[in-house]
Amino acid sequence: MVSSALSDAVAGAFRVLFLGRNFVRLLEGLLVTIRIAAVSVALSLVSGVFFGMLMTVKNKPLHVMCKIYLEFMRIMPQLVLLFLAYFGLTRTFGFHISGETSVLLVFTLWGTAEMGDLVRGALESIPQHQYESGRALGLTERQIFFFIVIPQTVRRLVPLSMNLITRMIKTTSLAVFVGVVEVVKVGQQIIEASRLTVPTASIAIYAVIFFMYFLVCWPLSMAAGYIEKRQKAQEA
Amino acid sequence: MLDLAFIRKVIPLYVHAAGLTISIGVTGILLAFAVGIICALVRYKKIPVLNQIVSFYIELSRNTPLLIQLFFLYFALPKIGIRMSSEQCGIIGLTFLGGSYMAETLRSSLETVSPVQIESGECIGLRRNQIIRYVVLPQACTVAVPGLCANIMFMIKETSVFSAVALADLMYVAKDLIGLYYKTDEALLLLVVSYFILLLPVTLLSAWAERRFRYGQFGTV
Repeated sequence: MVSSALSDAVAGAFRVLFLGRNFVRLLEGLLVTIRIAAVSVALSLVSGVFFGMLMTVKNKPLHVMCKIYLEFMRIMPQLVLLFLAYFGLTRTFGFHISGETSVLLVFTLWGTAEMGDLVRGALESIPQHQYESGRALGLTERQIFFFIVIPQTVRRLVPLSMNLITRMIKTTSLAVFVGVVEVVKVGQQIIEASRLTVPTASIAIYAVIFFMYFLVCWPLSMAAGYIEKRQKAQEA
Repeated sequence: MLDLAFIRKVIPLYVHAAGLTISIGVTGILLAFAVGIICALVRYKKIPVLNQIVSFYIELSRNTPLLIQLFFLYFALPKIGIRMSSEQCGIIGLTFLGGSYMAETLRSSLETVSPVQIESGECIGLRRNQIIRYVVLPQACTVAVPGLCANIMFMIKETSVFSAVALADLMYVAKDLIGLYYKTDEALLLLVVSYFILLLPVTLLSAWAERRFRYGQFGTV
């Protein structure tokens, strides 16, 4: 008796997906999420490489500055950074940026820090004898960097940065806090709009959003795991 | 200029909210650790059926945002008659998310102990639980420490989305003060300071633990 009422409620809830353009709207929201993630990932991958190289430069003041930046970005929850950009910048410096711009700004700054640290780790993991062997072969410093350091660094970076990308995609769900109309917000709008017609809509909507995120992130983390495993097997 | 009188007035609010963040965070971390140990053992020992279920759970929880997990717990489950308070949702959500991270860290550090070590233990006549006690655990623990610390940091940071399910945590207080008094600068400054006070000790402690435990490692580093 109870279970039939339950399955009725759930089945009724999923009806909301086929009303009007609801499902298409959710997909459009997902596209906004993916767009935000893609732009900030692309920007932070590029600037992260430079930041990582900057951190390996042996210069005390520069090192301290990089470290402070990295630790600040690491310690502050992304939501706090988002609030600082969205509410803080407007009040303190007087220029208003839209929700989406602040999300892109924050994710790029945060992604740069995280990516930079990965790049630093990968660069430092190249053993000294690789450089020395290069010199012994008579390669110039530039050749050593391009033909010895970069290929090995990139190899190490691929699985790590793929994991970072999934983290960034998941974090885009926070954009809803600063009023960006992405998949979560669209979902909330649909739930509000069908409050009277389909009161149980939230089950279906949140389940669908949950699996949308899963379907976007899961292949990435599977691929990262696969690549990592294959590289380990090759090294052994 | 910052309104110092206002800051003095609202500090107790932040202290109270930080207390809530800590209590839910600590409960969530401990539960997640327990879940992590169980799941890691299931995957390490490759127990049939359970292994598949645990793998499914780990993939599901690692590839979805905590915010959506919380929304589902707080807004969707009541529709099918499962009603929970914000605190319960927060703790369950954090455990669901953190459990998989803990499990993966523990499992991968258990797997770094090479089979040679276990076979050597068998050769010198150690019993099963002696091998675990004296050979596997000491080595696996030192490897696990940095990852576990990173997980703890991550989980405390993730608590910042709890305000979305009406938990009066630090973000909630800050948002409230911005909305009520329009004191954006003061509210945000206090927010940043509170998270620093919460998380800086964790960072320092984990850096120390990592250095300290590295002595215990054999052969590597």
